[in-house]
Amino acid sequence: MTSTTETQTPGAGELSATSLLRFATAGSVDDGKSTLVGRLLHDSKSVLADQLEAVEHASRKRGQAAPDLALLTDGLRAEREQGITIDVAYRYFATPRRRFILADTPGHVQYTRNMVTGASTAELAVVLVDARNGVVEQTRRHAAVAALLRVPHVVLAVNKMDLVEYAEPVFAAIAEEFTAYAASLGVHDITTIPISALAGDNVVEPSAQMDWYGGPTLLEHLETVPVGSDPSQEPARFPVQYVIRPQSAENPDYRGYAGQLASGVLRTGDRVTVLPSGRTTTVAGIDALGTETDIAWAPQSVTVRLAEDIDVSRGDLIAAGPVPEPTKDVEATVCHLHERALRPGDKVLLKHTTRTVRALVKSISYRIDIDTLEQRGDAQELNVNEIGHVLLRTAEPLALDSYSDNRRTGSFLLIDPADGTTLTAGMAGESFATRAPAAAANAEEGWV
Amino acid sequence: MTPTQDPGDADGPYALSHLDALEAESVHIFREVAGEFERPVILFSGGKDSIVMLHLALKAFAPAPIPFSLLHVDTGHNFPEVIAYRDRAVAQHSLRLHVASVQDFIDDGRLRERPDGTRNPLQTVPLLDAIESNKFDAVFGGGRRDEEKARAKERVFSLRDEFGAWDPRRQRPELWSLYNGRHAVGEHVRVFPLSNWTELDVWQYIEREGIELPEIYYAHERDVFARDGMWLTAGDWGGPKEGEQVQRRLIRYRTVGDMSCTGAVDSDAATIADVITEIAASRLTERGATRADDKLSEAAMEDRKREGYF
Repeated sequence: MTSTTETQTPGAGELSATSLLRFATAGSVDDGKSTLVGRLLHDSKSVLADQLEAVEHASRKRGQAAPDLALLTDGLRAEREQGITIDVAYRYFATPRRRFILADTPGHVQYTRNMVTGASTAELAVVLVDARNGVVEQTRRHAAVAALLRVPHVVLAVNKMDLVEYAEPVFAAIAEEFTAYAASLGVHDITTIPISALAGDNVVEPSAQMDWYGGPTLLEHLETVPVGSDPSQEPARFPVQYVIRPQSAENPDYRGYAGQLASGVLRTGDRVTVLPSGRTTTVAGIDALGTETDIAWAPQSVTVRLAEDIDVSRGDLIAAGPVPEPTKDVEATVCHLHERALRPGDKVLLKHTTRTVRALVKSISYRIDIDTLEQRGDAQELNVNEIGHVLLRTAEPLALDSYSDNRRTGSFLLIDPADGTTLTAGMAGESFATRAPAAAANAEEGWV
Repeated sequence: MTPTQDPGDADGPYALSHLDALEAESVHIFREVAGEFERPVILFSGGKDSIVMLHLALKAFAPAPIPFSLLHVDTGHNFPEVIAYRDRAVAQHSLRLHVASVQDFIDDGRLRERPDGTRNPLQTVPLLDAIESNKFDAVFGGGRRDEEKARAKERVFSLRDEFGAWDPRRQRPELWSLYNGRHAVGEHVRVFPLSNWTELDVWQYIEREGIELPEIYYAHERDVFARDGMWLTAGDWGGPKEGEQVQRRLIRYRTVGDMSCTGAVDSDAATIADVITEIAASRLTERGATRADDKLSEAAMEDRKREGYF
C-alpha cells in the first residue's frame, strides 16, 4: 500500500528506500480515534477502492449517509457487534517519505494492558483528546503509559476542534496542561496539534480553519520525527539467539553467534564481555546475513564470531562498554496482563531477551494508580491491567539493564510455567524518569 | 553494508531502510523459533510470500543449512509452474519437503469435493493431519497483517490448540520483541515472520535481493474466463462452465493460491520494476482483487482461522 493518487504515480525508485516508524495511538472511541485512524489511512491514500467500497456498503446498511471511516479499522466480529476495539490492531500505510506501522490500541481503563502492549514497540505515541473535554483522567493515564514504556516521542492530538469553533484559546489551554503533566512524568519530546478527524483538519491536509496554527499536520510530523536512537551513543548489547555451526566440508570450524543487536555498535576487534559468565574476548568477525562485514549496529540481525573459543550459548549476552552486573534479584515495574492475579509466592518463568529462567515473586512493593500516580503500599496482589512495583528472585543470574536505559535489555515477561500463559510485562528499575533513581549496580554509567 | 549508506531520509549514519528493518525483524523471528522449538516447519506454497520466507530463513542461518523442513499442502489444483518452482527450490537448497495432498484425502473418503469445485477450504484437514503426524511444534506461515482486517490482530506467535483452532481471546499479549512460544503437548504455534510486511515491501525486497519467482507472477498470455469478477485459468478443476467464455488475455497473478480461487489481473508488467509500479498505483488491495476465498463473507477469514486455516 502506498500513498498515490490516480494522476500521479511514484516510480519504483521513489518508493525504494524509506525509513520505518512504529507508532501507537491511544484514545477512546468517544474521542474519535477510529475516525482519526481511518482519516489517516484514507487521506494518505492508503485505503484502496475495494476497502472503501466495503465501508460505504456497510455504512449504507446501517443507514449512515457518509461513509463511516471508523469501519475501516474494526476487525473482529465481536467488536463490530459491540462497536468497540478489544485488542491491539496493527495497521500499515506509507507515504513516499516513510513506511508506518501503527499499533492501534483501545483507550478504556480495562484495556491498559493493550495500550502497554502497543506502546512497547512504539517510537511515538499519539494521545487523543476531545477539545470539548480537555485533559481528563483517561488522558493522564495515556500519558502515564507512554512515559512508563519510555516512548521517545509523544503527540497530543486535540480532536473535534470543529465543535469548539476552531478556537485557539481552547487548544492552547489543553496543550499547556498536557505538556506540563507529561513533562512531570519525564516525557521530554511533546508535540501538540489541533485537529478535526471528522472534517480532516491538520490530519493529512493543513486546516483552512486554523490559520493561527503554524505547525505541521499530524502526518507531516509522523514523516519527519527522527526514527531510532543513535547507536553510537549506546553500549553494545547482543543477546545470543542461536549458535550456527555448519560442521560442513566448506565450513568445518565455523562457529557463529546469531542475534539481533539490541543497542549500540559492534566492530571487528571490539573487546566484549560475555554475560552472565563475565568472560572477555574480542570480536573476530561479523557476518551480516551471509556477507562478511566489520561493523554492525542496532537493530541489525547479524552473526558474531569471537576470537577465543569460549563457551557461549543461547541466552548469553555479548556486551561492550559498561556492562550490567548479573543479578538474581530483580526490581521492576510491571503491568499485569492476565485475569489470574499475580501474588507474592507465585512461581513463574521469566523471559528476558533470549533467556528464560525460573523466578519467584517475592513481594509487591506497591501498586501504582495509573490515573493519579499514587503509590499504594498495601497491595496483596496485582490484577489484570494493574501496574505495580515488584521484587523477584531468579534461579539463575540475569544481565539486566535498567529499562530507562535500554528498552530491549531492560524488559521481560512473566510466564505461567503450567500452561505457558503470558502473565505480566516487566520493566527493570524505577517507574518514571522523574523519581529518584534506585541505587543500581550500574549507577556509575552516564549513558542515556 | 556500511554506516554511510543513504536510507532515503537518513537520520544519520546508522539509519536503516525500512527493508533492512523488516528483514532484521524477520530473521530474529526465525532464529527465535530455531532456539525454542523442537520441530519447526515452513509452510511453502511456491507463492511469493513463502518464497520470501524461505529466502529470509536461508539468510538467517548462513552458512549453515536451515534447521527446518518444508511442508506443502497440495490442493491438486496448483499451477504447474508453481510445482516446478517448488521442486527446483527444494533441490537447490537440499531441503526436506513434506507434501500433504488434498487429493489423497478425497480419494480415501476423509474429505468430499465441494459443489463449487474450489479446494482451498479443504486444505485445513490435511494441514492439521501433517502437523499432528509429524509432531511439528512450530509452523511458519507467510501471512501478513496488512492482508485482511481479521489478520490485523494476529500475533507473530499464534497459539493453536490440538484442533488447530485459533481463539482470539486466548492469544497472548506480545510485547517488545519477546515472543512466548510455550505450548502444551499437542498444541502448536503458528509463526508469521512477515507479519509487519506489506505487499509492496515484499515486492521491493524481491527486487532488491534478486529473488526468482514462478513466471505466473509476471505478464503472460493465458486462456482465462470470467467468474465472480475475476479472470480464472481454464482447467480440469472446474472451469469454464456453461456460459463462461474462454478468451486469451495478457494477465498476471498478484497472489498465487490454487487455480480454482486465484484470479488474474489484466497486466503488461513483465519485470519486477513494472510490477512494483503497478502495485503502487493500484486501487485494489491484493486479496480483494484476486482471492475468491476472502469474499465469502465479511467474517469469512475470522471463521476459517478458528477452524485452523491460516
